[in-house]
Amino acid sequence: MSKRIDVSDLNIYYGDFLAVEGVSMAIEPRSVTAFIGPSGCGKSTFLRSLNRMHEVIPGARVEGKVVMDGQDLYGSDIDPVDVRRTVGMVFQRPNPFPTMSIAENVLAGARLNSKRMRKSEADDLVESSLQGANLWNEVKDRLDRPGAGLSGGQQQRLCIARAIAVKPQVLLMDEPCSALDPISTLAIEDLIQKLKSDYTIVIVTHNMQQASRVSDMTAFFNIAGTGKPGKLIEMSDTASIFSNPSQKATEDYVSGRFG
Amino acid sequence: MSTTTPTRPPAATNAVRQRPGDRIFKGVATASGLAILVILAGVAAFLLYQAYPALVAPAADIAGGEGFWKYTAELVFGTALSAALALVIGAPLGVGIALFITHYAPRKLAAPLGYVIDLLAAIPSIVYGLWGVFVFAPALVPIYAWLADNLGWLPLFAGPVSSGRTMLTAGLVLAVMILPVITALSREVFRQTPTLQQEAALALGATRWEMVKYAVIPYGKSGVVAASMLGLGRALGETMAVAAVLSVAGGVTFNLISTQNPGTIAANIALQFPESTGLGVNLLVATGLVLFVITFLVNFAARAIVARTSKG
Ligand SMILES: Nc1ncnc2c1ncn2[C@@H]1O[C@H](COP(=O)(O)OP(=O)(O)O)[C@@H](O)[C@H]1O
Ligand SMILES: [Mg+2]
Repeated sequence: MSKRIDVSDLNIYYGDFLAVEGVSMAIEPRSVTAFIGPSGCGKSTFLRSLNRMHEVIPGARVEGKVVMDGQDLYGSDIDPVDVRRTVGMVFQRPNPFPTMSIAENVLAGARLNSKRMRKSEADDLVESSLQGANLWNEVKDRLDRPGAGLSGGQQQRLCIARAIAVKPQVLLMDEPCSALDPISTLAIEDLIQKLKSDYTIVIVTHNMQQASRVSDMTAFFNIAGTGKPGKLIEMSDTASIFSNPSQKATEDYVSGRFG
Repeated sequence: MSTTTPTRPPAATNAVRQRPGDRIFKGVATASGLAILVILAGVAAFLLYQAYPALVAPAADIAGGEGFWKYTAELVFGTALSAALALVIGAPLGVGIALFITHYAPRKLAAPLGYVIDLLAAIPSIVYGLWGVFVFAPALVPIYAWLADNLGWLPLFAGPVSSGRTMLTAGLVLAVMILPVITALSREVFRQTPTLQQEAALALGATRWEMVKYAVIPYGKSGVVAASMLGLGRALGETMAVAAVLSVAGGVTFNLISTQNPGTIAANIALQFPESTGLGVNLLVATGLVLFVITFLVNFAARAIVARTSKG
């Protein structure tokens, strides 16, 4: 249940503005890949191009290839809706559907364009997804209460449960802890460690300790100046990015000696 | 993406000295609020005072000879039926147009379409009436004939069909008239659906319609209810268009495509007023009072519904 992604020569635009230029990388299955880099260097933009969420912004487009399992996700015969079901996403701010209960939130994605689920099937899926997101014990007595009533960290784990209920191959997370307190952050980091045995995980983070704690591979993005495109500077296993980077810019950034 | 939170202004503390600008603004705002209440009370008092003679007059003195409540009941029925038709047709159409403009139409089309709909609100209602009588009603006659032939067993379409000046035509004209307010308000709430919610649905693999169903409609529900109620209020009180379009014969019937229709309160006032004197005028004002009360109730109901749906 996890897949390898090969990106080659990806250029990402907002209208005429080239936001990310010439990125090529391989993302390994059953591993955690972290994206680090200064604000505005295109980490979110690049992440969103991996499940075709980029193009929901008017005028946004992509050139190049993102190949998963031998298939170009941007091929003309590929439906972006299918891509997003295979490559799930968790956002920076927790965004459960406010009018839905906890259980309905978990089932939201699974209920989309699928056949009717039997009650027992639905209950099983709710339980297994919440177990998978380390949230079951905290909410099992109030599954029919609104998801918006949970704490921020619980909401974020609810969003992870909702994403994994669709049974994706890959899970993208865009700074999933940046709106959370330290305890909730640790809970999510533990969860990421657990999830990587089943999923390919890509996480954007501002926090370098977090990158070094959770990830196997780290990619450093940088930007030459405002208005310039962001680029992938280097990508390597996390230990060598932090202890022995090959680029000067990477070393400056990870040692906190940045601009 | 789109995760910027509005920066919160620093909390005001009571200890801070009141500034003159604040005081003036507070005075103006309070005065405006009071003025509304005074005007409303004045209107209500006028209606009651003028209506009173008709409310207490002997039944035989009231037009039709069967008393105030009989006279008014038919008009209330006609008013409610025409407004309900307008709402049943206009609300889904308005919401659909609003969704199309905000979430489906290419941007080049969305803006002009919005303007055109807004323009509908600027057309005087008598123009709608004339258009209804001379263009719309004749155009509908073949459709009514078809309805009477094929669905005539339904009381709604019993006919007979002679001209197009029917209850259904009145309802359709009213539907067009309430379209702008319903569309404009729905469009605003749909436009404000948080991007975060829409992206949550899309990232789960929702199609556009599923995204609208998951994120946009639940978010806009109370706004749509409020918009529909405003439209209903307009349809209840619409005068000239109905006066021109609807062929009235009195009575209570659900037959939507005949020319034997109950009148509506507002149109009846406009039609009867020039020829009324004395108790006749009191009677018309009394029906106006009933309309006033109905409109009030509709607004209360709308508030209750909005309060309930926005909690959910
Ligand atoms: N919706 C958008 N429309 C236009 N430009 C955008 C949009 N979102 C981001 N950008 C631009 O793309 C660049 C990369 O942004 P982003 O991917 O958000 O960076 P990061 O996540 O690394 O902080 C920035 O220059 C930003 O201004
Ligand atoms: Mg970002």
